Amino acid sequence: METFLQLLIYGLQLGSIYALIALGYTMVYGIIGLINFAHGDFLMVGAFVALFAVTLFGLGFVPALLISMIITGLLGVSIERIAYKPLRKRPRLSALITAIGVSIVLENFPRALPFIGPAPRPFPQMIPMVKFNVLGVSTNSVQLIMIALSVLLMVMLQIIVTKTQIGRKMRAVSLDKDAASLMGINVNSVISVTFFIGASLAAAGGIFYASTYPMIDVYMGIVLGLKAFIAAVLGGIGNIPGAMVGGIIMGIAEIFATSINSDLGYGIGFVILIFILLVRPAGIMGKFTIEKV
Amino acid sequence: MRLIKANKVYIIMILSYLLLETLNRLGILNSYLLQIIMLAGINIIMTISLNLVNGFTGQFSIGHAGFMGVGAYSSAVVTTVFFHTSSWPVYFQVPIFLVSLIVGGMVAGLIGFLIGLPSLRLKGDYLAIVTLGFGELLRASIRLIDYVGGPRGLAGIPKYTNLFWVFLFTILSIYAARNFVNSSFGRACISIRENEVASEAMGIDTTKYKIISFTFASFMAGVAGGLFGHLLMFLQPDTFSFLKSIDYLVFLYAGGMSSISGSILGAGILTAVPEFLRFLANWRIVIYGVLLVLLMLKQPEGFYGGKEFGFLKIVRQDKKVRTEKAS
Repeated sequence: METFLQLLIYGLQLGSIYALIALGYTMVYGIIGLINFAHGDFLMVGAFVALFAVTLFGLGFVPALLISMIITGLLGVSIERIAYKPLRKRPRLSALITAIGVSIVLENFPRALPFIGPAPRPFPQMIPMVKFNVLGVSTNSVQLIMIALSVLLMVMLQIIVTKTQIGRKMRAVSLDKDAASLMGINVNSVISVTFFIGASLAAAGGIFYASTYPMIDVYMGIVLGLKAFIAAVLGGIGNIPGAMVGGIIMGIAEIFATSINSDLGYGIGFVILIFILLVRPAGIMGKFTIEKV
Repeated sequence: MRLIKANKVYIIMILSYLLLETLNRLGILNSYLLQIIMLAGINIIMTISLNLVNGFTGQFSIGHAGFMGVGAYSSAVVTTVFFHTSSWPVYFQVPIFLVSLIVGGMVAGLIGFLIGLPSLRLKGDYLAIVTLGFGELLRASIRLIDYVGGPRGLAGIPKYTNLFWVFLFTILSIYAARNFVNSSFGRACISIRENEVASEAMGIDTTKYKIISFTFASFMAGVAGGLFGHLLMFLQPDTFSFLKSIDYLVFLYAGGMSSISGSILGAGILTAVPEFLRFLANWRIVIYGVLLVLLMLKQPEGFYGGKEFGFLKIVRQDKKVRTEKAS
């Protein structure tokens, strides 16, 4: 029972990171129908920006987090403007290949820079580590703060999407781009805002991940991004609560499977994914639409 | 003279092979260049097979490297673990190598069939992610099989793949793909791509044709994997990760969808470009990525999308007769 609770806490922590990253995938997909393969690399960028903010400028945790979220968000917006926008009217698959190209550049550009390079680097401990025991389950301050912050960010996102004007515009654009445009919504700016939010959430996810597993390198986004993508599809891609649920399920399942066998931990996500998609082809919370002629 | 004209393409193929082989024998092609040419051939087979599923049938599959891995491992198991052919007389080695390639293809095809059966019910991005998942599961399962070395990999595979076999199998798969696309099977697949509901209404068993093209593509990927294993002489499960599947997707789309010529160009050029950029050291992959983005922005159809080289076009027989009569 204690082991179970212990694993559950680790699973929740990993799951909330997956959920943060999956949210970006799902939002971008919901708005422009593009699987943004470069999304996983935003979290790497976020982690590196935070690393430099802390080591070079000596900032604390909160300013570093905010700066990193803003810079990564702006990077996301500019990538959308340069690489994806010209292809918006083209077949979606051209945009997908462009996204792969962008991801290759994002991974290898810092790798080629002499002051970053391919070697993994340690990530600084930004929050004082205080360990304590609750009901025989050992946990620590970093873990709890990470979970709390992830939940906070997700609640904020949910409020933005459901309660504010920009959220209403986002929902309108994702429902029907042309109709939204006719209603006087500036579709381009809505897409930019979506990319900003998605990329900055990924940056936060990257920093939380690096605070927990404190080694970062330029390729860290590939596997993490893939798992978050699976989480997004698992929950029903394009669906925001679905991404959160999918992320949590993925995280918990992975931790439990890893405690049995480390190779199993990698495969379990795919097994769950395949199983769920074969039973519910649109994901857990996705709406299944019948194709009409 | 007429004989030469009628068989122009075949003669050009044989001559280009002889040219490559002579250059090789004379030592003008060093082993590095030769390796790139052979890898390009294998990549062409892979890209064409992916094109059958993604381009012609319109089913978005992104786990193709998994089938290549299955083929590579099964054919290497035949020649290395099962039979230890490296100590055999030479004239036994070649037949067993060919048998092993077919075995690789068959196992990959069988697994493709088993995977296609449930997953091809899904559409679009969901199909994509399920194929990705199956591809990664295949890799993860190979890691767990200790018989073929598990995560350590399988070493000591004899080097049977040479320029001749790569050339032969590339040509064979180009022709097989061309004939498939122009057969009634291929027509059915294209109609599924154009409009699944309409083709179903026309009496096409869409599931059946989707599974046929998926299985056939897996078979080709398995053969390509067998060639790949006997070229590199060492296999490691992680070679066949989803990054490799993405490489083939890039080859396919950069070359141009639904065009066998495009796949040849895409795989050929994009295998060579990173090698020629080697003088840029660390920056080479960055430049490669930038070139890829620029290509998709400037020419979203790829190098040769929707077009074909002359010899891959099918001239309809009745039309040919009519034009001959008119002249």
